[in-house]
Amino acid sequence: MMNYFPDEVLEHVFDFITCHKDRNSVSLVCKSWHRIERYSRRRVFIGNCYSISPERLIARFPGVKSLTLKGKPHFADFNLVPYDWGGFVYPWIKVLAETGIGLEELRLKRMVVSDESLELISKTFVNFQSLVLVSCDGFSADGLAAIAANCRFLRELDLQENEVDDHRGHWLSCFPESCTSLVSLNFACLKGEVNLGALERLVSRSPNLKSLRLNRSVPLDTLQKLLMRAPQLVDLGIGSYVHDPSSEASNKLKHAIQRCKSIMSLSGFLEVAPRCMSAIYPICGNLTTLNLSYAPGIHGNKLTKLIQHCRKLQRLWILDCIGDKGLGVVASTCKELQELRVFPSDPFGAGNDAVTEEGLVLVSAGCPKLNSLLYFCQQMTNAALITVAKNCPNFIRFRLCILDPVRPDPVTNQPLDEGFGAIVQSCKRLKRLSLSGLLTDQVFLYIGMYAEQLEMLSIAFAADSDKGMLYVLNGCKKLRKLEIRDCPFGNAALLEDVGKYETMRSLWMSSCEVTLGGCKTVAEMMPSLNVEIINESDQTEFNLDDGQKVDKMYLYRTLVGHRKDAPESVWIL
Amino acid sequence: MAFEKDFNLDVTELRLGLPGTSEESEKQASTTLRISNKRAMPDMNEDSSVAADKKCDQETAPPTKAQVVGWPPIRSYRKNSLQTKKTEAETCGMYVKVSMDGAPYLRKIDLKMYKGYPELLKALEEMFKFKVGKYSEREGYNGSEFVPTYEDKDGDLMLVGDVPWEMFINSCKRLRIMKGSEARGLGCVV
Repeated sequence: MMNYFPDEVLEHVFDFITCHKDRNSVSLVCKSWHRIERYSRRRVFIGNCYSISPERLIARFPGVKSLTLKGKPHFADFNLVPYDWGGFVYPWIKVLAETGIGLEELRLKRMVVSDESLELISKTFVNFQSLVLVSCDGFSADGLAAIAANCRFLRELDLQENEVDDHRGHWLSCFPESCTSLVSLNFACLKGEVNLGALERLVSRSPNLKSLRLNRSVPLDTLQKLLMRAPQLVDLGIGSYVHDPSSEASNKLKHAIQRCKSIMSLSGFLEVAPRCMSAIYPICGNLTTLNLSYAPGIHGNKLTKLIQHCRKLQRLWILDCIGDKGLGVVASTCKELQELRVFPSDPFGAGNDAVTEEGLVLVSAGCPKLNSLLYFCQQMTNAALITVAKNCPNFIRFRLCILDPVRPDPVTNQPLDEGFGAIVQSCKRLKRLSLSGLLTDQVFLYIGMYAEQLEMLSIAFAADSDKGMLYVLNGCKKLRKLEIRDCPFGNAALLEDVGKYETMRSLWMSSCEVTLGGCKTVAEMMPSLNVEIINESDQTEFNLDDGQKVDKMYLYRTLVGHRKDAPESVWIL
Repeated sequence: MAFEKDFNLDVTELRLGLPGTSEESEKQASTTLRISNKRAMPDMNEDSSVAADKKCDQETAPPTKAQVVGWPPIRSYRKNSLQTKKTEAETCGMYVKVSMDGAPYLRKIDLKMYKGYPELLKALEEMFKFKVGKYSEREGYNGSEFVPTYEDKDGDLMLVGDVPWEMFINSCKRLRIMKGSEARGLGCVV
């Protein structure tokens, strides 16, 4: 039937399909659908920048306008990957520029972004509108200046948790007077000062500005002026929030904040005087997102009082100084809560302020819509996890990090196998799971049996034998990313089903029992995988003994073979 | 510094706990990451090729919490940001003013940055470019016209070095490096 529709009709239908997974499925139906989908695809998502080349990307999707690229493996966030491992965006920009692609949007995660790349983007793509950089590095304020100066229709500049060398803060002044298109500006992660006058003028001439996240250097009086000029803001990130509650400045701020009736997302407070929190109470009732994870200054009563005003909260990111009691307040106030992240305020300290299983149980009881969790805690019990599993069967993401990674259930001294088992059995839609605490092979048996939708699994300091890994590889049919550190998994587990790795994006194993010989075998059997050995020791040559245990192995499927940009510490088998 | 060796300041230190016990060993025990010892009794997997005890052999000395690379799994950006806040927050530090007789302006130092008198005095010497004399309980500082003093909680001017370090940093409100004839009255023997 569909053969009789002209291409334009199919294209129009496909326009409604935006999710890349769905579009991938559409393209598999038949040749003509594949062809039509190809030419009409505007947004492309590439989860591993080394799985494909820019040339092949463009060959298949010549109409691409928006590109999302991810580079380094996830564990690079935790310093487990050498800084020069790879993930350079420049080669992509170069090819896109040379082939005349009309790139409008670029979203990068864990990639190395040079100033040169930013400059090339700004000078090549005339319709460039959106730059989102998450956990990237390699650029300075000079690159940002190029973007500001040359992208005439820039709508979005969103910098999240990047390491930026921004000692020269003039970049903000580089936005020309003619730039009035900004919708989103997030520079919270920059450490340097910005030209406050330029910032005020920029905000004044950006009537569409909906999201503004400031860095620490932006003082209170500037914040007040910005809010007066942009009462239409939906998302606000406050830089410095230090004022005397009885002062004129504070009154002016209160007035300015009250005018912002659309703010639904609040973050920042990078510098804060906690006694001034009452000034923001008027907008708390509308908040659906609140991120106080960079504000250790707000704790105790001030924090709980603030939260009590936020009845519509759906997403809350907080530090563990909230304590179990504070989480109780969250549980009784935030009935719409879907996502909770509790970060450690003192990762290596005595943990006096930390949260325990009690806080989590309270939240699970009070917030039945909870579906996404990241929880750093002092301890966890099986009983608590079982209760949480019963209260919240809707978890899609469940990431638990007990600060002492091999801590058993402190009440029973048992491993946490049963607790996590309950989670995977109850939460049938679970897609992402991170484990910690004392764990044996048993928990992996449960995961293999029950976690049918699981796509990403992170394991550390767990298991007793290869069986653990085998349970997972055999059971989790939808597994895409598996990352393992410090577990007793060896060649037997690694080699049991090497074909499986072609169905996954990547596998990371560090400080495990796999040997060089085992890794070589995988590489030989599966030419469609790149098997990388990362060796950061002082040895100038790799020890060629096959029986040698491998420090770090990262393998991933690819259509383009070995990459050419690996540093000396990386050996591709 | 000479006085550290001559006088066992531990003896005079006021502390909770029985004499002879020390805090050190307790602290180490709680922060040590015991990977091998805390494993649960393994299910009898006789056929498993990699037994739990193999892992015990791997690590000869369990690393402390802070030394396990990449744990807890927090983004470096976030970790660095917390560190910055900790070192900057005045509530975490014990900043006191330091004046030196004759100097045009005062300085501020964080007493928590130092482990004891030797480090503190060395830092002061470097900051103000002077040298203290040799300390003795009987005679104070010998051999220099500079004498380190401090103002305590009661507002009294005291000689630096008399009381145990912990007691000192908890009672010191500001430091003053006295010079010359005024210093002599406090026990400086030039």
